[in-house]
Amino acid sequence: MTVVPGVVAVVLVTLATLAVGAYGVRFSRTTSDFFVASRSVRPGLNASAIGGEYLSAASFLGIAGLIRTFGAEMLWYPVGWTAGYLVLLVLVAAPLRRSGAYTLPDFAEARLGSRRVRAVCSTLVVAIGWLYLLPQFEGAALTLAAALDSPRWVGPVVVSAVVLVSVGSGGMRSITFVQAFQYWLKLTALLVPVAVLLVVWAGDRAAGLPGPSAGAAGEGWSVPLAAGGAQGLYTTYSLVLATFLGTMGLPHVVVRFYTNPDGRAARRTTLAVLALLGVFYVVPPVYAGLGRAYGADAGDTTTLVLDLPRLVVPGLGGEVLTGLVTAGAFAAFLSTSSGLAVAVAGVLTQDVTQRRLPRLPGVAAFRVAAVVAVVVPLVAVLLLPDFGVAQAVGLAFAVAASTFCPLLVLGIWWRGLTAAGAVAGLVVGGLGSVVAVTWTLADDVSRGWVDTLLGQPAAWSVPLAVVTMVGVSRATAAQVPAHARRFMVRLHTPEAVPLDRG
Amino acid sequence: MSDPRPPRVRVTGPPRRAAARRTRTVDIDEETPLGGVYLGSLLRAQLGLALRILAALAVTVGGLPLAFAVVPGLAEVEVLGVGLAWVVVGVVVYPWLLVLGWVYVRRAEQHERDFTALLTETTPEPDGPDEDVR
Repeated sequence: MTVVPGVVAVVLVTLATLAVGAYGVRFSRTTSDFFVASRSVRPGLNASAIGGEYLSAASFLGIAGLIRTFGAEMLWYPVGWTAGYLVLLVLVAAPLRRSGAYTLPDFAEARLGSRRVRAVCSTLVVAIGWLYLLPQFEGAALTLAAALDSPRWVGPVVVSAVVLVSVGSGGMRSITFVQAFQYWLKLTALLVPVAVLLVVWAGDRAAGLPGPSAGAAGEGWSVPLAAGGAQGLYTTYSLVLATFLGTMGLPHVVVRFYTNPDGRAARRTTLAVLALLGVFYVVPPVYAGLGRAYGADAGDTTTLVLDLPRLVVPGLGGEVLTGLVTAGAFAAFLSTSSGLAVAVAGVLTQDVTQRRLPRLPGVAAFRVAAVVAVVVPLVAVLLLPDFGVAQAVGLAFAVAASTFCPLLVLGIWWRGLTAAGAVAGLVVGGLGSVVAVTWTLADDVSRGWVDTLLGQPAAWSVPLAVVTMVGVSRATAAQVPAHARRFMVRLHTPEAVPLDRG
Repeated sequence: MSDPRPPRVRVTGPPRRAAARRTRTVDIDEETPLGGVYLGSLLRAQLGLALRILAALAVTVGGLPLAFAVVPGLAEVEVLGVGLAWVVVGVVVYPWLLVLGWVYVRRAEQHERDFTALLTETTPEPDGPDEDVR
């Protein structure tokens, strides 16, 4: 196995990322450019950027391997990750943009008029952001180890260095160009190899190799349900709920909506995202099917996409295709990590660095925050032993679905939400989901109902958070903020109508 | 007291030009009950639309795991040589999500256009009839 294609791919992607980022820097001057690209990103570019940011290591590498090993039940991950944008579109996209807030804690504070809610939200944004950064760094470690034969620390360090340079130099404006570029890079890096592989496979099948459907007769491989009867059905539905509702609560997703010019553009951006993700997610199952047809190692779920080209196409062709998929995988770590770093750094800037270091100019405060946002999870990955990439991503979705989803939906559609209700719901949903998944990560032996419920908590933790939020808000109805109605006007009325929006 | 007639008084109607400029946005800005009706109608229309789309999502996509659990033979059905689950959950779901999103965007923008037309249209008199409240 040669490391040349991997080295070339990583170096090229790094150079291209820095070059595109430098192009964006030319337009980046003000603090508003840094945080929200001055709210002037058009739907087409913004949708590509959201797609580029959202398609992480789990989407590019993880899903194909998981489907290869566990079969059709894993199709629910990409379906949920896409359908999450439909839920986001119909419930929060336009109002969230119209709220006029920079970040999620800004939205919560503006809506509920409470510093306490803001503090809880800021903590949750940083927690979810770091939780989601861990698997990105871990995936980078595994990929570079496989592609370059490098020690484990190389991947995370290279990724964080590139992220810091592009985030710190141009902020959101620069990152928008980088991520839009990386969506198309990832799509190319997945589509071109699969087209070649399918042609080769068609030739091989004519020569007598069994096709994926012939091999699909394996027990339960084509059943889109987790094993285990009623418990399997629960697990599948809970996963569906976590991904459908969790997407809107991911900080790096939410922060991108503030970069739209208006509410209508926010909707159109989301619609374009649905199309871009749909095109992308059709491909990983094809890798899984080919991996099965060619007898790729079922035990190693993360590197199937990286291994398959060499397995199917021997010689130079295979090496070139390997370089291409390595480039795509590396772009996936970079773009998701950049998006998370911007989101976490944005919150840290407003709530920590600008407050603690008031004499620092806005852009410098953002740079300091970006360093903190990246270095903390980097150190954590280097210190922690290997952990499940997919499980950490699942935890992030479950926590987001149990906290920010109820806060956003109730805050946008229900005037009766109070600060006390919001805090109670955030704490109950957050603690419930975190404790459940921590328990599962610590002990995955038993197969009873308790473990099933704790292993995939969204189906009970989301309703619990909603009920708590509504119940406590009702009990503290006297504290409904006085400006709640004015804020509803701002959230829901089109910008063209000249109204007092508070 | 040589002239018993009162001084002449000029009698005019309400100032028409000012009235013609009054739009219904005032009702929302001043939080009148009528303004509450306007805002409430927009909110209900948008939320109702959102819930209908989500219901369609829940029944179609959300019903799939249940369908495969209740009818175990479903997973063995093949379409063009590929298992039904791969075709439906792996491919067909995505254009369907796009259709739902497209329907939503069209209707939501229509609701907003109606609302804008209602609020920016000028009313002839401050207390004129509101026959076109939707």
